[in-house]
Amino acid sequence: MNLWVVLAVNSITLGGLLFLLSAGFSLIFGLMKIPNLTHGSFFMLGAYLATSLIAHGFDFWTAAILGGLLVAALGGIVERLILRRLVGAELAQVLVTLGLSFMIADVCLLVWTGDPIRIATPAALRGATSVMGLGFPTYRLAISLIAVVFAVLLWMLLDRTRLGAMIRAGVDDPAMARVVGIRVSRLFTIVFCLGAWLAGFAGVIGGPILSVYPGLDQEMLPLALVVVILGGSGSLVGSLVGSFVVGFLYNFGQAMFPELAYVVLFLPMLVVLVVRPQGLFGRQAV
Amino acid sequence: MAVKVRRREFLAGAAGAAVTASLAFPAIAQPKPVRIGLLTVKTGPLAAGGIQMEQGTIRFLKDRNHNLAGRKVELVVADTGGNPAGTKTKTQELVERDNVDMIFGPLAAFELLAITDYTAQAKMPVLSLAAAEDMTQRRPNPYFVRASGTSAQYMHPLADYAAKELKFKRVITIADDFAFGHEQMAGFQRVFEDAGGRVVKKLWPPLVTPDYTPYIAQIGGVDAVVQGFAGSNPLKFMKQYQDQGLKLPVLGGGPAGDEALLKSYGDEAVGMISVSAYTGDLDTPSNKRLIDGMVKDYGNIPGLYSAGLYINGMVAEAALEKTGGKTDDREAFNRALRSVSLVDTPRGPFTFDHFGNVVGTFYIRRTERKGDKLVNTTIKTYPKVSQFWTYDEKWFLAQPVYSRDYPPLKS
Repeated sequence: MNLWVVLAVNSITLGGLLFLLSAGFSLIFGLMKIPNLTHGSFFMLGAYLATSLIAHGFDFWTAAILGGLLVAALGGIVERLILRRLVGAELAQVLVTLGLSFMIADVCLLVWTGDPIRIATPAALRGATSVMGLGFPTYRLAISLIAVVFAVLLWMLLDRTRLGAMIRAGVDDPAMARVVGIRVSRLFTIVFCLGAWLAGFAGVIGGPILSVYPGLDQEMLPLALVVVILGGSGSLVGSLVGSFVVGFLYNFGQAMFPELAYVVLFLPMLVVLVVRPQGLFGRQAV
Repeated sequence: MAVKVRRREFLAGAAGAAVTASLAFPAIAQPKPVRIGLLTVKTGPLAAGGIQMEQGTIRFLKDRNHNLAGRKVELVVADTGGNPAGTKTKTQELVERDNVDMIFGPLAAFELLAITDYTAQAKMPVLSLAAAEDMTQRRPNPYFVRASGTSAQYMHPLADYAAKELKFKRVITIADDFAFGHEQMAGFQRVFEDAGGRVVKKLWPPLVTPDYTPYIAQIGGVDAVVQGFAGSNPLKFMKQYQDQGLKLPVLGGGPAGDEALLKSYGDEAVGMISVSAYTGDLDTPSNKRLIDGMVKDYGNIPGLYSAGLYINGMVAEAALEKTGGKTDDREAFNRALRSVSLVDTPRGPFTFDHFGNVVGTFYIRRTERKGDKLVNTTIKTYPKVSQFWTYDEKWFLAQPVYSRDYPPLKS
């Protein structure tokens, strides 16, 4: 009984972290049709930057926000200088973003060496909190809460603001959005930066659980891909649901069928791709 | 970062010195230098270990002033990229283009397996840390020399210690789901169960597992947990283990308690008991020189990888002294390598068995906090440990090789 509760709570935590990572990926893919394979690198880079910021005396939360901003700045540069020129060229986008991910990995190795670096859990959130008579790591519960807060903020941004309306218009029909006077190309930069910020921020937030090490980027990217394919690209609700589905599949799959851990994780993705290629909450492509 | 720059500067300086030297002294005036090819990994997830291997090698050559048994030494470093295909290409380059006399490395077992047939054909001595059991057992390569140990050679003494000194009766093991993890835990299981203990469950998370919690949630009802993770995984595991509130004692393999990893750990590692072929607190002159040199050059405490390569250097040196510096007769040089017997090394005294595998001391250590640092304190030494432990060699080799399912769990 205990085991199941522990697994359930951890599924929610992992889902929260995955939501932060994949929401940006989903928005970028939905709006710009760019399969951004640098997304895992943004995650790792954010975490690495935060270790340096923390070493220079910043506290964890400031480091998380600043680390995310630095990654967002890099994302903006990449979008303006490179991806802008490759609109519609999907193969080129895949190759460029994949190439960039290798380059970022190499630079990280050079700067932060190959030794794994641990990010300390913020002091206030150390230890365990008792829920239903069971002890859970407080920090993990906090991640779930952060994810929920971000889900609400993003939903309000997309649903309640002018910018959000423009982004939705851009996702649904970029050509028509341009006709009615929306500067879609500026939206692209904004969304790409926002996505990069979310990924970088998620990397820092995940740091106390995962630590940072070479290869972290390639571990997280497939999980983000699964989430987005399950949930449907460009859909916030899809990302949210997809993240928690993957969180549960991952935790329960590994506990119940350890030999088939990857099958449990990726099989639903295959089924969704075959049966409902736009994802559970995605809209039919226009 | 500063560390990195110093290394680069040193390399640039060394390269420059080599060029000047070859200009100043034409080859005919001097005996041909001995060439050591180093197969290492400088990119990708395995790079941490690979960079340490290079540091250990360079540190050794600096200690000897790039001179072994009266011959100058040249080091040729090749980055395999951590994959078998790259390893094969680089090995061929080292052998056929650079004409090296011996190869140090590669790092990983799957890299070694990719080149073992080729190097045996080329009669190229290979001194590697890669721990694959059968390289010195059922599928031996006559030109292979391993001064570190096989996967299970580490775990046999740890199991003995767990059963006899710690009096543990039941344990759960958890290790990466690849050959190194399988072999380690199989070795632990055999010795532990022969001493009356019982492995009740073996957990195998995939090598790439961001979150171990689903596995940790399955641990309980035993005296201890044995972890055999490698790379950065021990760190992740220990952190999540502590976060989950588990208090059972943790035993770890060589990579888990590696000195080079200690600076990345926090208090979650305090109390962990690990086994290794190298321990930082071994009080020998050569170990002191190694540690001082590494701290001075790189600001790093040496671990298994850098110490292992330093020791490989000492093995090569001793063999060269036996052959009077000659490497032209590969057979003779290979025989000399395998008959090396050293007393003062950073891992203590050792010799080789007839498979070219080390017979040497293994150390059981406890990780402790000293001031703001974590250190390993040796609590027991097992001298003259062979890869066959106390078992009869013939019997041992007649059994299947250690694997995921062998020995099987007792039900």
